[in-house]
Amino acid sequence: MSGGTGAALEARGLCKRFGGLTVTDDVSLTLAPGARHALIGPNGAGKTTLINLLTGVLAPSEGRVLLAGDDVTALPRHARARRGLARTFQINQLFPDFSPAEALAVAIAEREGLGADPLREAGSRGSIVAEIVDLLGRFGLLADMDRATRTLAYGKQRLLEIALALACRPRVLLLDEPAAGVPERERQDILAALAALPADVAILLIEHDMDLVFSFASRITVLVAGRILTEGPPEAIAFDPRVKAVYLGEDAHG
Amino acid sequence: MSAFASDEAARVSRHLLRRRRWRPLEIAAWLAPPALILIFPSRALLINEILILGLFALSLDLALGFGGLVSLGHAAFLGIGAYTAGILASRGVNDPLLGLLIASALAGLAGLVTAPLVLRGADLTRLMVTLGVSLLLGELANRNAWITGGADGLDFTVGRLFGVFALDFTGRRAAALYSFVVLFVLFALARRVMRSSFGQSVQAVRQSRLRAGALGVPANRRLIAIYGLAAAYAGAAGALIAETTQIVSLDIFDFHRSADVLLMLIIGGPGYLYGGLIGAAIFVGLRDLISGATPEYWEFWIGLLLVALVSVGRERVEAALARFARRPYLTRPGEAAP
Repeated sequence: MSGGTGAALEARGLCKRFGGLTVTDDVSLTLAPGARHALIGPNGAGKTTLINLLTGVLAPSEGRVLLAGDDVTALPRHARARRGLARTFQINQLFPDFSPAEALAVAIAEREGLGADPLREAGSRGSIVAEIVDLLGRFGLLADMDRATRTLAYGKQRLLEIALALACRPRVLLLDEPAAGVPERERQDILAALAALPADVAILLIEHDMDLVFSFASRITVLVAGRILTEGPPEAIAFDPRVKAVYLGEDAHG
Repeated sequence: MSAFASDEAARVSRHLLRRRRWRPLEIAAWLAPPALILIFPSRALLINEILILGLFALSLDLALGFGGLVSLGHAAFLGIGAYTAGILASRGVNDPLLGLLIASALAGLAGLVTAPLVLRGADLTRLMVTLGVSLLLGELANRNAWITGGADGLDFTVGRLFGVFALDFTGRRAAALYSFVVLFVLFALARRVMRSSFGQSVQAVRQSRLRAGALGVPANRRLIAIYGLAAAYAGAAGALIAETTQIVSLDIFDFHRSADVLLMLIIGGPGYLYGGLIGAAIFVGLRDLISGATPEYWEFWIGLLLVALVSVGRERVEAALARFARRPYLTRPGEAAP
């Protein structure tokens, strides 16, 4: 099955053009198993577009996506999810009428191949219930497990975003600004949840909060105007004058 | 519940299974129709109509309330079911249950075949596509008079149920009870299917297609399946119309049938299975009540009810009703008592 690269996720020469506008320009990226990789860049750099290309929400104009060595460029998003590629969304994409327990039940049942079972309920399967309890506990959602998602505090909804992605038992997890918009007092919960993610899952984190990025990532890619400006360990990125220039708003090519 | 490792597991399981048990109010509501049929045999015809339209509205609820697929042509499947049962009976296959089964299966098949068309595009496209399909079928039935009877309608005789109970005019009570049992069995099945992993994933797709896809749910396949199931239910309703009136005419495909059933579902509220049944009872009951006084203007009052429902807001109407009785099966996750 493996293509021999050993990478959990690999993007090769991804391009995305909308008409004459190029939003992703020849992006190549490799995530080793268990990687802690951050993707940073100013607003409009094409970070979320890149995630959409990797997960199959958008089809690339050029380039390929490989998951554990297999070419998944032609696969629809649900098929990529089944192969272990999970994500969270910058803007919550949750099931507003479902409780956290119900949402997790859908995720786990689907992963176990039971999503088409028209008769049995997830709640009658002990192993699924045990896993729901485990995930709820890990993300501090046990007390709110039976409330409709739309009534949960925003921070709790962000946690549910991550819990749902993790319920897919992913090999690769793409986190799109998990802490965005979370009030300060709930922020610690998100940071703790990120720190506690399983070590064997390769993670690509998009984030604007540099403290979070530098404490989390062992490798950083800087995306500017759809192109990779540079990639390297945090120390190198922190002192790269070009990165500073981008974040200080100066002309990156000047 | 002692099978669970922890209190939390028992609590989560209880929450997930909270809709499994039939509540007393639900049971009482289900006992009412057969009781009414037996006590007021002269109203059996009306009750029969409510039951059948309730099944038709339940069918639309599966597609719209659970799958999020709007339709302005749901009569297409009602018509396929009615004509299938009618044509079978006119050709000598007149066992009612067999007719019901075949009609339902054919309608379901038609649903599966047309579903990809319906899935394409947004809501407005869906309204046009579903409307178009029902118009097409109506015209097909009109043109193929050799088998459908065309504009004259199709006359036939349906056999006795189990070889005992006549369903024609001599057996109005039996016909209404037959419709009731079919409705109840299909409702109980829908209730179970919507709670299952499949049903939950369909509702997940409706609430957030993006998230459902990210969790590995094949959204299109699930929606095609629920649309096919809804079509099969509509086919069963059509077969019941054919078998309990022993006539099928082209008006079964009429636009007003598709529009009426949508009204019923909106009146009763989509997404909790009982909305279609309640809506059908209100719709037919009001029509019966008002048309007795002003036969020509009853639609005015239905219109008024709709406008009132929309402008006052369903939530406020429901809240007022909830003070009298907690609705069965309805309580949404957020309202569930811990």
